[in-house]
Amino acid sequence: MSAATAPVATGGPETGYNFAYLDEQTKRMIRRTILKAVAIPGYQCPFGGREMPLPYGWGTGGIQVTASVLGADDTLKVIDQGADDTTNAVSIRRFFERTAGVATTERTEEATIIQTRHRIPEAPLREGQVLVYQVPIPEPLRWLEPRETESRKMHALAEYGAMHVRLYEDIAHHGQIATAYDYPVKVNGRYVTAPSPIPKFDNPKMHMNPAIQLFGAGREKRIYAIPPYTRVESLDFEDHPFEVQRWDEVCALCGSSESYLDEVITDDRGGHMFVCSDTYYCAERQAARPAAAAPWSEAGGSAK
Amino acid sequence: MSVDTQADAPLLEVQGLSKRFGAIQACRNISFDLWPGEVIGIVGESGSGKTTLLNCISARLAPDSGRVLYRTRHEGPADLNGMSEPARRMLMRTDWGFVHQDPREGLRMRVSAGANVGERLMALGARHYGNIRAEALDWLGMVEIDQTRVDDMPRTFSGGMLQRLQIARNLVTRPRLVFMDEPTGGLDVSVQARLLDLIRGLVADLGLSAVVVTHDLAVARMLSHRLMVMWRGSVVETGLTDQVLDDPHHPYTQLLVSSVLQP
Repeated sequence: MSAATAPVATGGPETGYNFAYLDEQTKRMIRRTILKAVAIPGYQCPFGGREMPLPYGWGTGGIQVTASVLGADDTLKVIDQGADDTTNAVSIRRFFERTAGVATTERTEEATIIQTRHRIPEAPLREGQVLVYQVPIPEPLRWLEPRETESRKMHALAEYGAMHVRLYEDIAHHGQIATAYDYPVKVNGRYVTAPSPIPKFDNPKMHMNPAIQLFGAGREKRIYAIPPYTRVESLDFEDHPFEVQRWDEVCALCGSSESYLDEVITDDRGGHMFVCSDTYYCAERQAARPAAAAPWSEAGGSAK
Repeated sequence: MSVDTQADAPLLEVQGLSKRFGAIQACRNISFDLWPGEVIGIVGESGSGKTTLLNCISARLAPDSGRVLYRTRHEGPADLNGMSEPARRMLMRTDWGFVHQDPREGLRMRVSAGANVGERLMALGARHYGNIRAEALDWLGMVEIDQTRVDDMPRTFSGGMLQRLQIARNLVTRPRLVFMDEPTGGLDVSVQARLLDLIRGLVADLGLSAVVVTHDLAVARMLSHRLMVMWRGSVVETGLTDQVLDDPHHPYTQLLVSSVLQP
């Protein structure tokens, strides 16, 4: 993939749609909800989620948030599992190209709005950027408390003992906190919040992040937010502190030892390699290096 | 039976409590005091209002009229209905216990026995896994559950074990007052006997106060110091357990006592 994407040749934005698909009343309603969400960091604000032209689970919540905060001069980046070129990312990017005519990019630094599923970009975010998460299950207490009335009350009264029951179970059965994604966090010392299914590797990036982080859950019709420079702590035990994933290998393509790696199966005989899940980060590092020197690809590919 | 007579004020005061469901008067003008270390039994037939009374005095249900005063550890007597909800819920999960007839209602069936016992500790801010687990193991031993079962799911437990697990889960925060709704219902007699022994031992060792609802007069005789007999929403007779059971005055109590089958 080239680093900077040229607009897809669709002949510019579609006519017949309002800017960014949603009507202005709906966008106003969603913006009000976002303002409330930013004012109460980590609190799940209900909103009148609309039907979107894609199925629930494909990012309907994230799309509505993006549509509401998008302006004509914004630059949009969309990632799915860290990649800019997967179906979900491509579809959503093209959706906004066609309904809003905004510029799109794969460069994390250039984007003003980044809609994401499952990852936070490796490149540090800066002030002024908006990170929009697609959230399947916004309620971190759901696993233990199926009653919505009760879980709302637990949030209201900050009764979060049950969250540690979940971590306790992990340690009791696996000897360590085995939760690897959607790892519960406490935002601004108050609300326990689901960070959406990002790997816990990304949890520390949420802490004191200069960008605005908005979370949209389409099916559950909830929006919540983490304003810039907000404390975000991952829950843990004193004798089992929070830890992020580590790999013994480096990225087979760019050699990074600091990024989140995906294991890719390369053949039927057990061949596999580890590569960065953030494709833009990986491509940048490969481009910055002389093409000849790529010792990592052989090392990774020949692993048994 | 020894009642803690050093305490100079009742732990729980119920004053003129009434509760109505539509046309049905479930509880009618009920008053009683519960003293520290005392166990009160509430007996009566099905539908006599026992469970409604228990729910009202344990703040799970709001009474239509009357007051329930609980002597809190730090602030003295407080009206349960006038209390803020956070304070009430805090009370319910620290200073009180509630043992359901069906242990599945009081337990989290999808987490291990250890987590069930440890939950209240974590709710109170315990954040050291090792300590929580040690405490859970202690309590499993206390209620005679094999400590190797600490990581097993409650669904693999027998009915008697579930009930004992529920008791451990309630007692881990050292409550002062425990409400029990038919604690031995649905258990076979030998398991019942062991459970009753256990409850009696724990009540004596920990100096608990308890309100036990039961329709089984034998359970009432084993556990309670005092007895209240309910009939159609009213308390018709009250007194020391032996006195009520051996010399019943009210016609309904006489009927109740004479209805017990002798094997």
